[in-house]
Parts: sequence; C-alpha cells; structure tokens
Amino acid sequence: MAETVLTNPGQSPARLEGWRGIAADWASDQRAFKNVSWGKAMMWIFLLSDTFIFSCFLLSYMTARMSTTVPWPNPSEVFALDIGGNHMPLILIAIMTFVLISSSGTMAMAVNFGYRRDRVRTAILMLVTAAFGATFVGMQAFEWTKLIMEGVRPWGNPWGAPQFGASFFMITGFHGTHVTFGVIFLIAIARKVFRGDFDVERRGFFTSRRGNYEIVEITGLYWHFVDLVWVFIFAFFYLW
Amino acid sequence: MTNAAVHMEERLHAPAHGAVGTEAVHAEGQQHPIKLYLVVWGWLFVLSTFSYLVDYFGLHGYLRWSLILLFMMLKAGLIVAVFMHMAWERLALTYAILLPPVVVFVFVAIMALESEYTRFLRVLFFATPS
Repeated sequence: MAETVLTNPGQSPARLEGWRGIAADWASDQRAFKNVSWGKAMMWIFLLSDTFIFSCFLLSYMTARMSTTVPWPNPSEVFALDIGGNHMPLILIAIMTFVLISSSGTMAMAVNFGYRRDRVRTAILMLVTAAFGATFVGMQAFEWTKLIMEGVRPWGNPWGAPQFGASFFMITGFHGTHVTFGVIFLIAIARKVFRGDFDVERRGFFTSRRGNYEIVEITGLYWHFVDLVWVFIFAFFYLW
Repeated sequence: MTNAAVHMEERLHAPAHGAVGTEAVHAEGQQHPIKLYLVVWGWLFVLSTFSYLVDYFGLHGYLRWSLILLFMMLKAGLIVAVFMHMAWERLALTYAILLPPVVVFVFVAIMALESEYTRFLRVLFFATPS
C-alpha cells in the first residue's frame, strides 16, 4: 500500500485528534495507521519486538546480578584504560557512546536531506553513519579482545560473580550484531540513493516495486533504535 | 484495493519531476528544520557527558542510580520523539508502539521479587552475604 499524503487537502478528509482519533483510526475497519506506509509501520512493529528481546536480556542480567551472593565486578574498573599514563575509568565505553550518538545525528541529517531529495548529501551522510557504526563495532571488538585476554569467560572471570561474563557477552554481542546489520543495511540503501533509484522510480531487485525516499527514514528508525538500546545498556550494564 | 487507492498509488509513484517543486517537497514525509536536529544532537552529547561524569566522580547510592535513570530517560525520550519522529506521528501509532513496552515493568517487578527470594535462599543455605 502506498503512503497517504496527508498534506494534499483534496485527497484526505480531516482526521480526528486525541483519544477520539485513536478510536476512529483503529475502528475504521481499514488500515489503523492512517498516514504511515506499511514499510514504516512494519519497521516500528519489528522494533517493538526487538525491544522485548533486549528487555529480556537486561532482565536476565538484573536477575543474575540481584540474586548473586558474590560481589559483582566493578564495571568502572573493568572497562578502565590507561591513556598516556592517566587512568581513565570507563573511558572506552564513553567514547563508544559518543561515536554512536554522532552516528545518530548524521543519520537524522540523512533522513532530512532524503526528504529534500538531495541524493548526494543523503548518500554521503548515510555512509558517514555507517563509518561511525563500523568504528563502534571495531571498538567493541577491541573491548572483547581485552576482556578475553584478561580471562573473562561466560562462566567466570577474575573479579567476582561468574555471571558477569555471560551477561556481558550476550548483551553487548547481540547489540554489536544489530550495529553490524545496521551498517550493511545503511550501505545497501546508500548505494540505491546514490544511484538515484528513488529519483527515477527504479523497481527494486527483490520486490519489483518502486521505492521512494521514505526508505531512508525507515533505515533511520532502525539505526536510531540501535542507539536507543545502547542508551539502556550504557545505563544499566556499564554505569549501574 | 479500491479504485481510489489504486489511483492514489499511481499518483504517488508519478515520475520524480512532479515532486521537485518546493510545494511538493514540503508536502512529503517528515520534514523538520535542521536546527531542531542539531539542538537535540547537542543535548544528547551533553546528557551523555553528564552520565559519564556520574561515574567519573564516583557518585554512589540513590544519587547515582537516580541520576543514571534521569539521563537515560531524557536521552531515550529525545531519540524516540525527535530522531524517530514519534512526536509527529498520529496517536494511533504512538500508543500502539509505546504502550506495550510499559508492560515490561510487570516483568521487572516479578523478576526482582524472584531474585530477592533466590538470594535469600542462597544466603540461607550456601554462602555468606556480600
């Protein structure tokens, strides 16, 4: 189904707002999401399911940490680095956070330029976003290597509660996988944008449908979600 | 699909030259001033710095936890509302997506009770509390 363009007054009648709007949209015996294309609605529903997956990971981590009688390793010290003789607590994670937030900013810009039909700027900003994402994954690989060298395993570690390793590898591993897939997704869409697929209404390889610049926003939704999950991981796993 | 819908789809997929005009550009999708994104971006940096400083200065106890949660919720809210455009969606979508995760809090409560119980049993039978 194509997106409905709300702003064309000749096409769409005025819709109700507030609670009456929710009731009217859902009870219309048609599509519930009136001005949202199927692609965007489906991405949101996928992200909702992903929210539950990450919620379950963070919950199992909470359960492990709350129920153990062995002290939990102090993440501030575990993830500290010595840079130029200075002992910086949690510095690597802070840098990773800033890298991911920067990538969210460039992604938001890409969406904006996409809707302005600025093909080249959109593609470049998406590739910059992908580069930030790849940087993030690289730093995560460094972090994993460092911890594994120090003896962290899913079943134990030198500093305290053995569940630390399992929680760490599961949560950050799943998030890193999401970032990796996001980078691939970004590069694939950036290529289509740069080639001008959405200006000439070129038909998609798999779907044979004509795409439009909304796919940039949908890609952006996924990417911002990855950043959003990191906000929660940063707060609960690294800072708590 | 009704005739009207087919017609609409044809209209929407009309060649690009129809949509290059200023009016059409403004009509399309989620269009917001770049300044808004830059301001939110800046705030995300500031809030992340604050989160890091909570750890850097070694705050602890309820002050630490409440500050972590505050900065986390502010960052999450900014990302969802502005970057993901939830603030401009119709409420039918907003509530469909944002209400279900609230149910997770029930799960949190259940697992918190459960882990307290597990810890109690472990202390009772196996170990000395930390």
